[in-house]
Amino acid sequence: MAQEKTKRKKQIQTLKKVMQFIGKHWLFLFLSILFGAVTVALRLYLPILIGDAVNLIVGKGNVDFSGLFLIARTMVVIILLTAGAQWLMNICNNKITYQVVRDIREKAFRKLEILPLKYIDSHSYGEIVSRVIADVDQFADGLLMGFTQFFTGFITIVGTLVIMLTKNVGITIVVILVTPISLFVASFIARKTYTMFKLQSETRGEQTAFIDEMIGNQKVVQAFGHEKEAMEQFDLINERLGSCSLKAIFFSSITNPSTRFVNSLVYTGVALTGAMAVVKGSLSVGDLTSLLSYANQYTKPFNEISGVVTELQNALACVARVFELIEEEAQVPDAVDAVEKVQVNGEVSLKNVNFSYVPEQKLIQNFSLQVKPGQRVAIVGPTGCGKTTIINLLMRFYDVDSGSIRVDGTDIRHMTRRSLRAGYGMVLQETWLKAGTIRENIVMGKPDASEDEILAAAKASHAHSFIKRLPNGYDTQIGEDGGSLSQGQKQLLCITRVMLCLPPMLILDEATSSIDTRTEIRIQKAFARMMEGRTSFIVAHRLSTIREADIILVMKDGNIIEQGNHETLLAQGGFYANLYQSQFSM
Amino acid sequence: MKKILRYLKDYRKESILAPLFKMLEASFELLIPLVVAAIIDQGIPNRDNSYIIQMCIIMIVLGIIGLTCSLTAQYFSARAAVGFATKLRHALFSHIQSLSFTEMDTIGTSTLITRMTSDVNQVQSCVNMVLRLFLRSPFIVLGAMVMAFTIDWKAAMVFVVTIPLLCIVVFGVMLVTMPLYKKVQAGLDKVLGITRENLTGARVIRAFNKEESEIRYFTNHNQLLTTMQVHVGKIAALTNPFTYIIINGAIVALIYIGAVRVESGILLQGQVVALVNYMSQILVELIKMADLIVNITKSVACGDRIQSVFETKSSIVSMSETKEQERTDYAVELEHVCLTYQKAGAESLTDINLKVKKGQTIGVIGGTGSGKTSLVHLIPRFYDATKGTVKINGVDVRDYSIEELRNKIGIVMQKAVLFKGTIRENLLWGNREAEEADLWEALETAQAKEIVEGKEGGLDSGIAQGGKNLSGGQRQRFTIARALVRKPEILILDDSASALDYATDARLRKALRERKEEMTVFVVSQRTSSIQYADQIIVLDDGAAVGIGTHEELLQTCPVYQEIYYSQFPKEAK
Repeated sequence: MAQEKTKRKKQIQTLKKVMQFIGKHWLFLFLSILFGAVTVALRLYLPILIGDAVNLIVGKGNVDFSGLFLIARTMVVIILLTAGAQWLMNICNNKITYQVVRDIREKAFRKLEILPLKYIDSHSYGEIVSRVIADVDQFADGLLMGFTQFFTGFITIVGTLVIMLTKNVGITIVVILVTPISLFVASFIARKTYTMFKLQSETRGEQTAFIDEMIGNQKVVQAFGHEKEAMEQFDLINERLGSCSLKAIFFSSITNPSTRFVNSLVYTGVALTGAMAVVKGSLSVGDLTSLLSYANQYTKPFNEISGVVTELQNALACVARVFELIEEEAQVPDAVDAVEKVQVNGEVSLKNVNFSYVPEQKLIQNFSLQVKPGQRVAIVGPTGCGKTTIINLLMRFYDVDSGSIRVDGTDIRHMTRRSLRAGYGMVLQETWLKAGTIRENIVMGKPDASEDEILAAAKASHAHSFIKRLPNGYDTQIGEDGGSLSQGQKQLLCITRVMLCLPPMLILDEATSSIDTRTEIRIQKAFARMMEGRTSFIVAHRLSTIREADIILVMKDGNIIEQGNHETLLAQGGFYANLYQSQFSM
Repeated sequence: MKKILRYLKDYRKESILAPLFKMLEASFELLIPLVVAAIIDQGIPNRDNSYIIQMCIIMIVLGIIGLTCSLTAQYFSARAAVGFATKLRHALFSHIQSLSFTEMDTIGTSTLITRMTSDVNQVQSCVNMVLRLFLRSPFIVLGAMVMAFTIDWKAAMVFVVTIPLLCIVVFGVMLVTMPLYKKVQAGLDKVLGITRENLTGARVIRAFNKEESEIRYFTNHNQLLTTMQVHVGKIAALTNPFTYIIINGAIVALIYIGAVRVESGILLQGQVVALVNYMSQILVELIKMADLIVNITKSVACGDRIQSVFETKSSIVSMSETKEQERTDYAVELEHVCLTYQKAGAESLTDINLKVKKGQTIGVIGGTGSGKTSLVHLIPRFYDATKGTVKINGVDVRDYSIEELRNKIGIVMQKAVLFKGTIRENLLWGNREAEEADLWEALETAQAKEIVEGKEGGLDSGIAQGGKNLSGGQRQRFTIARALVRKPEILILDDSASALDYATDARLRKALRERKEEMTVFVVSQRTSSIQYADQIIVLDDGAAVGIGTHEELLQTCPVYQEIYYSQFPKEAK
């Protein structure tokens, strides 16, 4: 019960937030309601006219043609007006819905750009994307449907009841008494089928996970001749899915015929009491006709509304997920007195730094490091030892838990993020390129670069030769994440990007395996050239790089366990020495 | 699409009965206006209350029969649709499993997964809807017209004009908006692409301070999408007002014509009411039909995608029985082997010749894309050589039954893949009959013993999907153990020590050499240290073997090998 209450409360809160977005389009909202009311009123008026017309067609030789003509003329006018109002209402609803959706989406996207990386790293991309795209889309559908049907449906019910009451009280009471049965039946079935649908979607999820695992790794399945077992397991899940789907689909499909049956009961009730009334003389045949058509109109919105309510609830649930994202805590904003550093020398110092992603698992503890301008720092260690953690801290993607990181003596938390990050050039092993042209990707760090500068940078990073062989040279379009380029080419492009602005400090990530030897040598040369006279942090795999570094940081399990240069570390005979020697031992 | 419908064959009874019962239900529904007309024309003028009550009872009975028919139809169609989908999924899964690496590469796994899941679901719900509605809706539309004819042919002419007009509006709007909706979808895809890009590139975008310009870019495309949606919405919003005008215009016409016919005594008042009622029934069904057609076009596209999977045939056909073997000392022989991947322009392997004696260790080295993995994938016949022959124990791989061939081989792939389950279950993939001791022996060689010992559940500790609860190095060691459990004649290690640190890598190599059984081992690596001590090293460059020999020989004669070696050990390059 309490759970139900908080759920309700949350729904209302969400609704309030949605209303804030809708409120901006109050003019359209007002027009939509106005046109909606006009549409419904006119639409309800029509059966009265039809009834009046029927009353004029009594029998052979007893038809009032001049009266009929007048009614027909009114009908035509009403029909045209209704259609016009309905169209305008639809257009208003369209405008409101899509603009609200646009605003929500934009707000969500703006949030993405200032979310702390911690959030992005700990949520799957698919999940966040589905909030911004699929959830918002579902919300749009629900909102549009809600607008067009909920409101008009409601007015229709009320309007019909009022008109029916004016025609005949007895019949109206019959209708009011029978209708709740339809609602009751619908909600009863919905409640029963809810668990079946839940089971179906769970089983479906289980099956998808299984398919994902087996088909996704089919090569391994085939290599180990595991096809038969996989098929057997699949069939087990498949059969289960089949039987629970059948239940869910069948029982949910009962709703429609059942409510239709109840509606036909209402219809019959009206026909019976109405006809009796006509016989008694308290009702005309025309009134009976219009009452019957009202009985039809009256029950329809009930069916629709029960559908709309579930749709709206779903829409609210979706938009609540989007709001969750929008309301997520943003990264700590730049301090008010943050310095905008224009000139950076490249002196970096870390003092008593403590850091961990989760409090339970301590990573970097009381770590200090002093890097003079132009020095090279190599970060060494087995894969997964947390080398990226250092990058996260230097670039202030994450903040230290305690201690400080200073650039040229200024705590980086007292610098604007913009100026700190502009001081660094970063080339990661996981290359990232935008969908767009090669040129757009190169000028990322310096949008106003001249053609000569671009060419010079590309030549310096050895990327020019492959770029000029592409179909459209620098204007070649590349797809999302580099598309058809090879891993090595992508890396060269990322280097060119940094080469163009050449900031005073560098963060480089040496490639491990995915690049062929020739390209690797090119990348090495490009790296060497960039590093001249710049403070550089290199995640290193190559012994030559490591040996030439001024400082080597040896990392293991997220922690820095040794620090020194090649000779001193070898002399220590610790983890580094072991690592180094295993290269040669067999 | 047509071909996949054969999976409906086992549900022939259901698929005929479902629409049949639906049509029965519809016919009862069509009778209602006649009953109402009877009340008005017979019961009321004669003041016959019992007749009215009778008629109302008939209406209720019609309603009950209609409900029964409808429920029966729903049940049969649900059965047919679900049964069909279950069969289809089974067939699809089994077919996909039979596809070889070549087809998997060209189609791509993610596509296959969508086809097995959302495409099949779409087709299922479409079959369900078609069985229920496809006959019912046209039946009611036409039925209403026929009933109108039985009342009065002249008044029925209004129906003859109205129905085509309605069709033109409903389907015309649909035809115009469908391509526009496709454009909207493309716009949505673009917005999705940008969002995704901003997540995957969050670090780079922030490093280059591009947040503001990305927001501008997104806003532009978002606005473009909105404009398109509003535009399509305007057109789609025409349907309702237009159909409203047509239907009610027709009702006005019916009343007028009806009045004339009543005046001359051909029709009764109640019959005019019945005609009006029939007209109102048409609209609802037409709208349902338009929805259905949209649904069908979508599903046909899904069905065609599923169909195309079925049409992809495996390029590798297994022999039912392995041909007689001749005695030979060679475990693996490659003779003038070339390999061109499907749709690739150039050869990935060119004229490779290699003879490997039983028990030898072979090192395979070369840059990325030089063909190392392609070479070892020929041995278990993951791909067929486009030219030349690959022989295992003196027999052409194409003359083996695939099961027997692959049973001889243990392979550890670059990507360390483990499956949801326990460690034991994963190891048993190698050999279902393996005993506890075999498992531990394999784990020990693979340097994974201490990992299992460190776990509370030992061999029965759980592995999450994709092995997410293990580190890269741990996964890699388990995949090596899995291959060893098989006690293979040939063991292939495809760059499978990349996540291991140098020390563990060295211990692994040592343990492998000390295994008792005679095992031919292929080691693919980028590190010269990993293959330095192999009996033979094959150096690949751009698909060609540029050197075969021992480490010492190659250092003397093979420039590519020298280049790789000295780039890793620069000190000795003097």
